[in-house]
Amino acid sequence: MTATGVLAGLGRSVLGPLAALGRIVLYAIATLTAALRRPFYMREFLTALLQVGWLSLPVVGLTSIFTGGALALQIYSGGQRFSAEAVVPQIVAIGMVRELGPVLVGLMIAARVTSSIAAEIATMKVTEQIDALVTLSTNPLKYLTVPRVLAGFITVPLLVGVGDVIGVMGGFLVSTEQLGFNRASYIKNTVDFLTRPDITSSLIKGAVFGFIATLIGCYYGMNSGRGAMGVGSATKNAVAAASILILAANFVLTSVMFGS
Amino acid sequence: MIELTQVTKTFGTNHVLRGINLTIPSGTSMVVIGGSGTGKSVLLKSILGLVIPDGGTITLDGQDVTKTDRDAFLARFGMLFQGGALFDSLKVWENVAFRLMRGPAKRPKAEAREIAIEKLRRVGLKPATADMFPAELSGGMQKRVGLARAIAAEPEIIFFDEPTTGLDPIMSGVINELIREIVREMGATAMTITHDMSSVRAIADNVAMLHDGLIRWTGPVAEMDASPDPYLQQFIHGRADGPIESVR
Repeated sequence: MTATGVLAGLGRSVLGPLAALGRIVLYAIATLTAALRRPFYMREFLTALLQVGWLSLPVVGLTSIFTGGALALQIYSGGQRFSAEAVVPQIVAIGMVRELGPVLVGLMIAARVTSSIAAEIATMKVTEQIDALVTLSTNPLKYLTVPRVLAGFITVPLLVGVGDVIGVMGGFLVSTEQLGFNRASYIKNTVDFLTRPDITSSLIKGAVFGFIATLIGCYYGMNSGRGAMGVGSATKNAVAAASILILAANFVLTSVMFGS
Repeated sequence: MIELTQVTKTFGTNHVLRGINLTIPSGTSMVVIGGSGTGKSVLLKSILGLVIPDGGTITLDGQDVTKTDRDAFLARFGMLFQGGALFDSLKVWENVAFRLMRGPAKRPKAEAREIAIEKLRRVGLKPATADMFPAELSGGMQKRVGLARAIAAEPEIIFFDEPTTGLDPIMSGVINELIREIVREMGATAMTITHDMSSVRAIADNVAMLHDGLIRWTGPVAEMDASPDPYLQQFIHGRADGPIESVR
């Protein structure tokens, strides 16, 4: 391969993802603009609230409780090396609320909701339902994207809040039932240690992750290729892109909120 | 009247439309025929703005369709899609009344439902169908629901994309008859794309044959059989031999 060929390949591999990111940013701007204009489809919004929020509760709860429990065991076992077993309540609390709660809920939403939105909208595109919406004088961005993205933005912080509480509960159960911690002092240490910025940062991360997860699902669905392969590809790419963007956004938000 | 002048569309290296000139007078039924992949759907979607042409002009009653108010323009149209394109998550009556429950001509829910049931009855479906979901219906019933949705707001212009594809001959005949009756009683302008010759003879006032990105022949359906055009004759008689390559 010639030097120019290598350079061209390198250029393509850099410019391709940047161009994709640019298209996603433009789609996000179009969605936000559409959200500010009438009409607003309340029924679609309420359905999205149910799908994104309420029906995600079981998966969020199960993920959080097991993670909280495992975290307590890890901190206890690691802490023993330098006689720091007593900090389990504080580390579980800060670990779940600041980091694991929002990230795990974000990734669970990417797996459950982003995939479902991308597959649904891609199927609608393949079966000409999106074209049908246009011919019926309905803007697909307003009818399909805005309600879902708004639902994600509102409900995912609530899910993160629930996930945080359940995760801390998981740590509490393992610590008190298996590791011999006193219940009252565990709760007191947890409550005393957490500060308002810990909780606020968790909810802000949830809102951003909810926005990303739903927006990416809609974007890849709307830009799906043809046939079953197109739907499969859109779903796979949506989940991968949403997961990566959530983790990247988590790093940026953590740097901004706690970097100093 | 819909008028297309030198309309072109290219996808990559595939020149689908190479300069289409076609006129559809108001109140008439135009059927566009042509082999699979010749750009019939692209032509129809170009008029609706679902596909943006690369060149040429499309006018509706003398006004360039790209320069008119889009909502007002689309409000004049109804469309029956090839696969029905019914919204899975909505009940049949909600599909039919979709336009009636949104936008400037919004009706109360009860009234919209009444109109939907009336339209369903018009296409031969029982009122009980109204509360079913599209997935519970057969292909023929879905086509009828699609037809009911296309006519629900009583549009001036109706497009039919392959209305009989995938249906048995009897159901095809039923759909063709329905389209003919409805277009006549509404006085609508109709444009149908199909390669089903029984549809052509049942629905068309005028026929246009699309081949190689151009309108190869156009004229009244009564003159179609007498045309000496070898492409048209090969197509309408379904012959493997002729100027149209059977392997494309």
